[in-house]
Amino acid sequence: MQQQAVRSGTIETTYREAVRAAIRDAIKRDERVFLMGEDVGRYGGCYAVTKGLLAELGPERIRDTPLSESGFTGAGIGAAMAGMRPIVELMTVNFSLLALDQILNNAATVRHMSGNQFGVPLVIRMATGAGRQLAAQHSHSLEGWYAHIAGIKVLAPATLEDARGMLWTAIEDPDPVLIFENVMLYNMSGKLAADAGPVDIDKAAVRRPGRDISLITYGGSLWKTLEAAATLAAENIEAEVIDLRSLRPLDDATIMTSVAKTRRAVVVDEGWRSGSLAAEVGMRIVEQVFWALDAPIGRVCSEEVPVPYPSHLENATIPQPAKIVAAAKAALGGR
Amino acid sequence: MTAPADKPRLSREHMLDLLKQMIRIRHFEDKCYELYTQEKIRGFMHLYDGEEAIAVGIIPVLEKRDRIVSAYREHGHALVRGVPMTKVMAEMYGKQEGCSRGRGGSMHLFDRATNFYGGNAIVGGGLPLAVGLALADHMQGGDLVIACFFGDGAVAEGEFHESLNLAALWGLPVLFVCENNLYAMGTALALSESETDIQRKAACYRIAAEAVDGMDVVAVEAAARRAVHAVRESRKPYFLECRTYRLRAHSMFDAQLYRDKAEIETWRPKEPIIRFQGWLQSNHMIHPEEVARIEAEADAEVEQAVAFAEAGTWEPVEQLTRFVYADRSVPAGR
Amino acid sequence: MAEFRMPSLGSDMEAGTLVEWLVKPGDWVKRGDIVAVIETQKGAIEIETFQPGQIEKILVDLHTKVPVGTPLALIRGEGEAKPAAAPAAPPPPPAAPAAPPAAPAVPHAVAPLVQAPVAAPSPPPIALGAAAGARASPAARRLAQERGIDLSTVTGSGPAGAITYADVERRLAEAVAPAEKVAPAEKKRVPWLDLDAMRTAIAAAMTRAKREIPHYYLEHQVDVTACEQWLAEQNATRPPDNRLLFGALPIRATALAARRFPAFNGFYQNNKFEQAQAVHVGVAISIRGGGLAAPALHDTDQLSLDDLMSQMRDLVQRTRAGRIRSSEISDPTITVSSLGERGVEALYGIIYPPQVAIVGFGKTVLRPWVIDGAIGPRSVITATLSADHRVSDGHAGGLFLAEIGRLLQEPEKLWTTPTSAK
Repeated sequence: MQQQAVRSGTIETTYREAVRAAIRDAIKRDERVFLMGEDVGRYGGCYAVTKGLLAELGPERIRDTPLSESGFTGAGIGAAMAGMRPIVELMTVNFSLLALDQILNNAATVRHMSGNQFGVPLVIRMATGAGRQLAAQHSHSLEGWYAHIAGIKVLAPATLEDARGMLWTAIEDPDPVLIFENVMLYNMSGKLAADAGPVDIDKAAVRRPGRDISLITYGGSLWKTLEAAATLAAENIEAEVIDLRSLRPLDDATIMTSVAKTRRAVVVDEGWRSGSLAAEVGMRIVEQVFWALDAPIGRVCSEEVPVPYPSHLENATIPQPAKIVAAAKAALGGR
Repeated sequence: MTAPADKPRLSREHMLDLLKQMIRIRHFEDKCYELYTQEKIRGFMHLYDGEEAIAVGIIPVLEKRDRIVSAYREHGHALVRGVPMTKVMAEMYGKQEGCSRGRGGSMHLFDRATNFYGGNAIVGGGLPLAVGLALADHMQGGDLVIACFFGDGAVAEGEFHESLNLAALWGLPVLFVCENNLYAMGTALALSESETDIQRKAACYRIAAEAVDGMDVVAVEAAARRAVHAVRESRKPYFLECRTYRLRAHSMFDAQLYRDKAEIETWRPKEPIIRFQGWLQSNHMIHPEEVARIEAEADAEVEQAVAFAEAGTWEPVEQLTRFVYADRSVPAGR
Repeated sequence: MAEFRMPSLGSDMEAGTLVEWLVKPGDWVKRGDIVAVIETQKGAIEIETFQPGQIEKILVDLHTKVPVGTPLALIRGEGEAKPAAAPAAPPPPPAAPAAPPAAPAVPHAVAPLVQAPVAAPSPPPIALGAAAGARASPAARRLAQERGIDLSTVTGSGPAGAITYADVERRLAEAVAPAEKVAPAEKKRVPWLDLDAMRTAIAAAMTRAKREIPHYYLEHQVDVTACEQWLAEQNATRPPDNRLLFGALPIRATALAARRFPAFNGFYQNNKFEQAQAVHVGVAISIRGGGLAAPALHDTDQLSLDDLMSQMRDLVQRTRAGRIRSSEISDPTITVSSLGERGVEALYGIIYPPQVAIVGFGKTVLRPWVIDGAIGPRSVITATLSADHRVSDGHAGGLFLAEIGRLLQEPEKLWTTPTSAK
């Protein structure tokens, strides 16, 4: 691993390496943990997340699977029911649709259908999001769909700390947890505490405090939102940026405290606008802090089009800092 | 009737037990039919009439520690496995004394104590689960057999192929049992499969396979002994196709427009209870009084189960949102 | 005798049509025998009996569509005696043919789903026209309502002229001072207050009062120097928007006196006087454009000083904004009217029916006064009582009015004087 390790300080690392470290740590720490998915072993992972792990941890713990999303996701569910703690890697959310029946009709339901006799302590990791000109079938952001399902938990780590620490907590959770890693974040580099450990998986985080408007977002959109906040600050508009971190359950308390303070909200979500997670967040704001609102709730989502191939069209499809700035200003009405 | 093979237990006691188990299932299913028409049981219900020999021939061959996955026509499997009939009936009613706390109903019977990993309402949905249960055993270094029951309809699903492939590829101890009753709901096998000799499909995945007359409980048991032994020793999957027929409709509300009544009547004399009982009687292994006794005992047990279910209680609505997640989530870093 | 009923074969089966009977009365059947064929939306289905016995009677004709649960035939069990006329109905609950499918016999706890917690209730309804139609944000509306701001007087700076929270805040900063400083010169027509209707109502009430109530009048000169001194001391340490106004003192004194002299606190209705349990002093307030209202200060004798002041202010603001509730108009048990600084020395009011008294205060005047035998200047106010002679007479009225005067000599005790028990 190419990391500068300073024993008691911070290391310079990437999101990808942080996820890798989390997987390695989990497998070494707990004999019940293993990872399986397509091309995770010999290929080193489609996004190079698991590069080197097969050699280090062996083929029983890092298992290459055939292209059988439904089969090996269901196998992960069964193995979890029988006492293992599998990490199923679905290469991307785009292919997860082949496993949707197992996720929704087995993973999410077994505990309930069995009257609490069996649980499914399974973690499913998937890459998500657009931005690499992979066109319509490889560019989905379906975290919002999954967040709709009762019986599972859904996470969107956007920072190095969360990439490193959420997996640990998710593995120890007795219920199925889906972790969405935005493809544009894998290369992100930065500093991480050398002894970074587990983090909570049910709270949102205020990434930037502010008083004029709440910008609520998650995953790959976090960094665009922070960029928009910086632009707004230069015009004396102080935006508060909330990173949802957990999409199911949503941390209402943090969201509402922020909006009650700022009176305005814009939700940034890479899913398509209609029926998006942003719609859910917006509705919760209306339900809980309606009387504090000073402007209609705004949202910045992907345009209602299958993601196109050419970069200028792709960029126009997904949320961008400029659109976030515009939405914030609209909420602030004429400032 | 074929001569029993592979050293089956031919004692009279065992024969009577086989008959009793099948009759027990049949009477339970009959009562369920009646109760459903009286609206005591709701939703979808799929009865096992005519297929009893499969559950009764195979499941007692398994060890208690082995694991079972079934589909939605699973009342018989649950009963033979040892899930108390009272709890199964209460589950049919939806009472919280049911084996799944009333939350599942007919298609979702689960019982941890007997390693019964559920009925499943999605055709083919249980196969990957069985593969996973076997994978866990494999990784834990165990010697379990995971028996996975499914119908001919599941054979068309992608999950069937993915699961067989995975089990063979990774060497997993799954006993795949296909209960081929010639109809996937209302579609005849010949109209949905290019290759109707189902056990041949297993061969494509290099899984040892055989077909057996599913109406002959002794033949089924013999085949099961071979199969379970093979899985337990080789730690490789095995495929057993049991050829059978469904005497009743697919589910309750089915006018059976897809098959002739005459066809059903040709199968009726061949159904496992009539056939086995007839063979026992003609071989003087059973007296009519013993049959009457077995039936009376089955009726009594069924009545007791109905009384239990009738007296059962409804789970309070306030508890609606329980059992979606574990009651206590694990905090970070524990 | 057992009933053979239309079976339910599926959750979406509500009814079936008999198309064929395979048995007739007199036939013997055993459990599991097919006895009839019914037509359903899925096709023709054979139905079986679970009751063994002999078919006694067919109850439903062919080709009739009947709901699930309808008795179709009677089956007499083996060994049962043949019935005489009408068969005794066995335990199973009867089903009315026209009714929807019978509910299961087992008591089914169809409790409503537990409701999610209801959101905080909206503010109480306003009697006189709230500024409906103004585009204002929820936050702005709430602030305006809490502080008695009329939204139609606020200029909006939000999208398309919508009123924002900041706009209301700005408006509050320009709020008019309350109460005795009488209305500004301009007669601003307040659109949602129908002044014509109000004047008509006042005319009717005053006419009735003069016609029905035998008024008597008493007058009393009250030295209020002590009040003024006390006010000055109090206000020296109070911030401007928390200062006490003189008008609070006569109102409080009247309330305390009304406690002691209940003949002046209540209603004359149905040819008799009903003493009121509480003391709610109606405060006469003039409205721009010529209107007049006298809404209640509830429990005037029990309010703390600060509460009384803030409620007075609030009452004046809301009355002038047209936002008082009808209960506030009908609640007063006695009324106080004051002309303030711009009036004359004495005011004799007309009682607001069904009340039985009204106390008036003129303007404060500096007069020569005899104190300890010497002449000196004192602030003096003329207090008057107009009272209903059906309920009280001059003697009682004199005591009542004198009590008010006495209370005003010790203003500090107006807030500590024990009131009579409720």
